[in-house]
Amino acid sequence: MQREKLIPEFDWHTVLVQPWSEYASNSLWIVLMGFLVSGTCGLVGCFVILRRMALVGDAISHSLLPGITLAFLLTHSRDTLPMMIGAIAAGALTVALIEAIRFSSRIKADAAIGIVFSSLFAVGVILISVFADKVDLDAECVLYGELGFIPLQEVAYFGDQAIGPKPVVRMAVIAVIAIVLLIAFYKEMLVTSFDAGLAASLGISPARYHYGLTLFLSIVIVSSFESVGVVLVIAMIIFPGATALLLTDRLSTALWISTALSAFYAIFGFHLATWLNASIAGGMTVIAGVLFGFVWMASPNQGLIVQYRRRQSNNNENLEPFNQEL
Amino acid sequence: MRAFWKQDFQAEANFSRMNRQERTSVLVPHLRLLASLFLLLMISSVAHAAKIGEIAETSWAEQALDFFALKHPAIRAAALGTLLIGFCCGTLGSFLVVRKLALLGDTLSHAVLPGVALGFLWNASKDPWAIFIGATGAGIMGVALVGWIKQTTRLKEDSAMGMVLAGFYGLGVCLTSMIQNMVMGNKSGLDKFFFGQAAALSSGDLWLLGITSSISIVLILIFYKEFLAMSFDIGFAKAVGMPVRALHYLLMALLTFAVVVSLQAVGVVLVSALLITPAAAAYLLTDRMHWMLVLAAVFGMASGILGAFTSYLSNNLPTGPLIVLGSTSIFALALVFGPRYGLLTKILRRKRQRKRIALENTLKSVFHLSENSGFTRKEFDISELAKERNQDLASTEKEIRALVAARLARNVDSEGDTEWSGKARFQLKKSGWHRACEIVRNHRLWELYLTNAAQYQSDHVHDDAEEIEHLIGEDIVQRIEERLRNPIQDPHGKLIPRRDQITA
Repeated sequence: MQREKLIPEFDWHTVLVQPWSEYASNSLWIVLMGFLVSGTCGLVGCFVILRRMALVGDAISHSLLPGITLAFLLTHSRDTLPMMIGAIAAGALTVALIEAIRFSSRIKADAAIGIVFSSLFAVGVILISVFADKVDLDAECVLYGELGFIPLQEVAYFGDQAIGPKPVVRMAVIAVIAIVLLIAFYKEMLVTSFDAGLAASLGISPARYHYGLTLFLSIVIVSSFESVGVVLVIAMIIFPGATALLLTDRLSTALWISTALSAFYAIFGFHLATWLNASIAGGMTVIAGVLFGFVWMASPNQGLIVQYRRRQSNNNENLEPFNQEL
Repeated sequence: MRAFWKQDFQAEANFSRMNRQERTSVLVPHLRLLASLFLLLMISSVAHAAKIGEIAETSWAEQALDFFALKHPAIRAAALGTLLIGFCCGTLGSFLVVRKLALLGDTLSHAVLPGVALGFLWNASKDPWAIFIGATGAGIMGVALVGWIKQTTRLKEDSAMGMVLAGFYGLGVCLTSMIQNMVMGNKSGLDKFFFGQAAALSSGDLWLLGITSSISIVLILIFYKEFLAMSFDIGFAKAVGMPVRALHYLLMALLTFAVVVSLQAVGVVLVSALLITPAAAAYLLTDRMHWMLVLAAVFGMASGILGAFTSYLSNNLPTGPLIVLGSTSIFALALVFGPRYGLLTKILRRKRQRKRIALENTLKSVFHLSENSGFTRKEFDISELAKERNQDLASTEKEIRALVAARLARNVDSEGDTEWSGKARFQLKKSGWHRACEIVRNHRLWELYLTNAAQYQSDHVHDDAEEIEHLIGEDIVQRIEERLRNPIQDPHGKLIPRRDQITA
């Protein structure tokens, strides 16, 4: 049996040129979808990180599975609306159960999150296996997703004008909604994220914005999971924001940086995946991880290198008086 | 400062004494358990990989009998495997739950994926040892990264865990998709790592499980005191010179072992449930760490067997999710029916407390009636009390009935509880009068304490005392009395009934 090499030769032409010369429209849709997913996730993600809800996002992304499976079983369609409703219901149930366990017992938030999402995910997997013949979903497609299939999806029409693959159009709509909501509620989100007490005293209900963000998070996750999979949605939510927050102290700047980073992930992830013949979402995550590692080292104010230098010079300054005395 | 140190040493002394006892009490049952598990392991070393469900085509009861008779080697393998997994994950998960690191298990189980893929690439086969080594390396690296990110950046633990989880997983997805695109990739069987199939455990896997379980139980027993100190008071552990960092990584290494060996049976996503849920259920039932470990191990094993059994009964459902649901049901039972922290207990306790407070308030009003008459009268009718309590006759009558039922008062006119009227007369029994005096004393003492010792205004103290009178016990009352030098009058000039005066 012939064994191929794991890492193919890096061929300039096939990796960088061919996708854009021969398969331009496919590549465009894939990269655009990648950018829309990670851009939207990144915007929501900045707030998710600031509010220390990163693992709640993880929990929601897993517990969507029973929600969409039930929606599918009840309506026998993969239309957007029932899926959305199922997903939102599952997201709300997750958050409600986590809070219920936290408030009614001595179990802490982390354990409550773990218990709830794993149980709901288990219910989802069992539902899928019980109704395996009726469900056109499999748990693995939910886990991975595949950006590469985006150009093959049904095309959405506006009038008789073909716009593009349905998931891309849907994601674009969600992205626009995210931006509109962000502009409309920027101040409120800012205040509630950093100082819930101040927000309450200004008459802005922190709870309302908390639940609003959670709701929107489940919408974003459900519209993204099809292309990047449940776990990698988390990567797209956390990485842009976390990297941006290492570069700046201002939330508005962080939001811009996270959007720019998302474009970077989409383009370079796509090419990496083409080169290695690997999953595109996986490639985007690897790029995101590498980029985070780089910023972590080299960030101008908070990077490891700067921290190290600062410690060195501090030591020298502290020793100065002693040196003089000697 | 010196007193402080002394206290610390005292604590330490207690600590080691307690632990010696605890160790012996933990050691014996565990060793016995371990021995029997190993016996099982030896019996079932010839295990075939097969779906357990395929064997069964008979009735429900017969299937159950078949399962528990452990006739078929595949059943033995699955049962033993899930038992060991439950045992291992339950015990180690307890430390995660008490340290509020529950989701580190989730991070670990995702982070091992690139290691699994690399281990697979090592010699292009599902060699458990290569995969085990690769996965363990990846897991430990992931945990170290979480710690490092948390230390050196402003990002919080949850973001750090999320990044390691998703980043490593992304790398793993990349690697597995590359492997599957290679020619020999099709039969790699790597997908087993995502959802798990207990029946597919090979005898090599079982040995690995058995060895991991015994190593972790031995290390837990050896370092029990250190792990305990580290889990509850890391400052103390550092202060007495325990190598906290090394111990942390030891625990993480053990956890990684457990996660890696459990992956094939329950899958990536659901391993974390096995680490968290049995331990959380145990946490609801006990306050002692050694009991928590034992309970978590038992719950883990019970859910393992439950999952393997239901998977067997239901023909082809995956084992992992069923094990998880088994442990979730145990957790739910503990949450509702737990004798100490259960919801039901809490509701009953609150109900009982409310009833007691209502009784005590009635008694207090009767005391006031008696006090208004200069302690001359002992019998009152219901309408008098209703006026004093500012409520209607019917509810007052209900309160008196409650007093009578609690044997704190009696009906003067007739012993039976037939028709009562507004004129029906009642009298407190001796016990009722005692209790009434106590409550009034608590109330007035507390008022005096607030005005004298805490500098409250005398017209601000009533509401506070109204709450606290039901809660403070004899010891607190005595301390307040000492502090206020056995006072006679409250801030409003009323009598504080003393214990020795309470005779009436």
